[in-house]
Amino acid sequence: MKHSFTSKNRNTQLKEDAIKTLLIVASTISILTTFGILFSILFEAIEFFKMKSFWYFISGSEWSPGTENSKFGAVPIFAGTFMITAIALSVAIPVGLGSAIYMSEYASLQTRDLLKPMLEILAGIPTVVYGFFAAITVAPLIVKGAAFFGLEATFNSALASGVVMGIMIIPVISSLSDDVIRAVPDSQRKAALALGLTQAETIRDIVIPSAMPGIISASLLGLSKALGETMIVVMAAGLRPNLSWNPLDDMTTVTVRIVDSLVGDQAFNSPETLSAFGLGLILFFVTLVLNIISLNLIRKFKEKYKVNTL
Amino acid sequence: MILNKNKRSNNNPFYDETLKKRHKKAARFKAFTLTSLVFSVLFLVFFLSDIVGKGMPAFKQAYLNIEITYNEKSLNNTRLAVEKKYRRLISRAWLRNIPRQVRENPSLMNTTSRQWVLADDQVDQYLKGHYSKLKKKDLETVKELTKYNFLRLSFTTIFFSNGDSKIPEYAGIKSAFIGSILTLLITMAFAFPIGVMTAIYLEEFASDNKFTRIIEININNLAAIPSILFGLLGLAIFISLFGMPRSSPLVGGLTLALMTLPIIIVSSRAALRSVPDSIRQAGFALGLTKIQVTKDHVLPLAFPGILTGSIIGLAQAMGETAPLIIIGMIAFIPDSPSSFVEAATVMPAQLFTWAGMPERMYIEKTAAGIMVLLTLLISLNGIAIYLRKKYEVKW
Repeated sequence: MKHSFTSKNRNTQLKEDAIKTLLIVASTISILTTFGILFSILFEAIEFFKMKSFWYFISGSEWSPGTENSKFGAVPIFAGTFMITAIALSVAIPVGLGSAIYMSEYASLQTRDLLKPMLEILAGIPTVVYGFFAAITVAPLIVKGAAFFGLEATFNSALASGVVMGIMIIPVISSLSDDVIRAVPDSQRKAALALGLTQAETIRDIVIPSAMPGIISASLLGLSKALGETMIVVMAAGLRPNLSWNPLDDMTTVTVRIVDSLVGDQAFNSPETLSAFGLGLILFFVTLVLNIISLNLIRKFKEKYKVNTL
Repeated sequence: MILNKNKRSNNNPFYDETLKKRHKKAARFKAFTLTSLVFSVLFLVFFLSDIVGKGMPAFKQAYLNIEITYNEKSLNNTRLAVEKKYRRLISRAWLRNIPRQVRENPSLMNTTSRQWVLADDQVDQYLKGHYSKLKKKDLETVKELTKYNFLRLSFTTIFFSNGDSKIPEYAGIKSAFIGSILTLLITMAFAFPIGVMTAIYLEEFASDNKFTRIIEININNLAAIPSILFGLLGLAIFISLFGMPRSSPLVGGLTLALMTLPIIIVSSRAALRSVPDSIRQAGFALGLTKIQVTKDHVLPLAFPGILTGSIIGLAQAMGETAPLIIIGMIAFIPDSPSSFVEAATVMPAQLFTWAGMPERMYIEKTAAGIMVLLTLLISLNGIAIYLRKKYEVKW
C-alpha cells in the first residue's frame, strides 16, 4: 500500500517537473527574441561596416546608395528623424499631459469614463491608417495652409507626418501620465489646498513635481515610439535624405530608409540592402537606452509611492 | 495689522492682493488642460468623419446599361461585345468574364441583351464628382447615358467578394482578409500558449532571483522595441536562416507572435495576480500539488482576464504593418491564399499598397478598407471589454 502511494507520488513528481521545465522554456523565448533581434541586426550590420566606414556612417552628410561610388553618411537621415520626432513630441507632450491632468484632476467620474475610451480608440488605430490620413488629408491641408501664408510646402512635408505622429503618441503619454498623477497620494493635494493654494497651483507645484518621474518616463516612451514609428513616415514623409531646418521641406527618417532599402530588388548582400541593418542597429540601441531609462524611472516612482497598479 | 488699500478686504488680515490674479491663472490652466483633451476628441471625430466620407463611396460603383453581344467574335475579342463608343466606358475586368459567362450558360451564345455592366473607374470617378481622365467624346457619351438613366451608381459587394486587382473598379479586400486570418491564426497559436505559460511561470513558480528579474525587464523592454525591428528579425532568422517561404502567413504570423507575446504576458500576469492567495492555500490544504492548484483553480479563475488581454493583443497584431512589409507581405495577391506557406498579404499591408497607387479610385478603396479594419478592431476591443465586465470577479 505504502509502495504504490510513493510510486504514484513519484509519477506526479516527474510530471510536475516536466511541466515546470516547459514553463521555464516558454519564458526564455522572450529573452531569445531580444537576442534574436540583436544578433540578426548585429551580424548584418557588421557585414555592412566591413564594406563601408562606420565613422563616415555616423558623421558623413552624403547618402547616395545605388550609385557607382555609393556613400552612406547618415547625418541627413538622423536630422530628418530628429525633426519629425521633435514636431511629434511638441504636439504630443503638451496635449497628452494636458489631457491627463484634466482627466485625473478636474473631470468627474462620468466624464472620465466617457473620455478615456475615446483616447483608447486613438491608441488602437493602426499606424497605416494614420499614415493614409497624413498623406491624403493632412499633407494637402498643410500645402494649402502654407500657400495662404505665402510659403511653399511639399506634399511630403516633415510637418504633416510629425503632427499626425504626435497625435498617435498622445494616448501613450496621456494614459501613463494619468495613471501616475492619480497615484500621487491625495494627502499631498489636501495639504496644499489647506495651505491656501488654488487647485491649479496645487497641480502645478505639488502634484506634477511628485509625478515628474512618471511623466518623464511617459515622454521617453513617446520619444522611443516616435523614433521607431514606420508607417506614418513611409507613407507621408519623403524618401530623399535632406539636411534642412524647414519643417515644410521633405525629409526622410531612419525607418523610411530601412523599409526603402529592403523592399527594393537589390541583392541581399549589397551595401544598399545591408545599410538597413546599420540603421536598424542605431535604432535598436537608441530605443533600448530610452526604454531602460523610462522603465527605471517608473520603477523608482512605484517604490517611492508604493503603488502596484502601474 | 496689515493695512490694505483695497476697501473690500479691509477687515480681512489674510487677504492676498494677488488672489484675483491667481484665480485667473488657475482658470487659464484648467482651460488649457480642457482644450488639450477637446483637441484629442475633436481630432478623433474629424478623422473618423474624414475616413467615412472618403470610404463610403467605395460601396457604390458606377454601372452602365448597354447592349452586350455574345457571338464568336466577341468571345475571341471581348472588346467587340459592346458598341465602339462604349468600349472605353466599360470595365475591362467585366469584359474579361464574357467567355466564362457563356461557358456557364451556353444559351447566351448568339444573343444580344441589354444589361447593367460595371463601368470603368474613370466613369465612376466622374460620376462621383472627382477628376477623371475621360476624353471629350467619352464625356458626351456619359452625358447621353445619364440622360436616359442608363448610367447609375448602385450598391455593390465587389469590395467584399473580390481580391486585389490592378483594375481599380474590380479590387476588393477579400484576399487580404483571408491572409489576415491565416496570419493571425499562426500568431495566436504561438503567442497564446507561450505567453500564458511564461506568465504562469513568473507569477506562480519563479522565485525572485536574477533570472526572473532579467526576464521581467526583458519583457517590458520588448514591448517598447520598434515594430520594424521585429521585421528585421523575421527577415534574418525565419527567412534567411530557417528558409521559410517569404511573404507567407507562417513567417508573418511568427513575427507578429513575438510582438504580441509581451502584451499577453503582462495581461496574463495581472490576471493571475488578481486571484487571491486564499484560493491557492485552500488547494494546498487539501493536498493538491502546485501544478494542480494552478491548473484547476488559479488558471480557470484568471482565464477571463487572460482572454481579454489576448484579444487586445490580437487586435494590435491585426493592425500591424511595418514588420510585415519587411518580410515581403506586400505582394500582389489577387486570389485568396489557401495555405500557411503561400504568398499572402494582410489587410493593413493591402491598405498600404492601395494608398500608393496612382488611380484616384484606390483612395476610396483604401478608406473603405480602413472602415472595415477599424470596425473589426473596435468590435474585438468591444468583445474584450464585454468579457472583462461579464466575468469580472470582485474578491
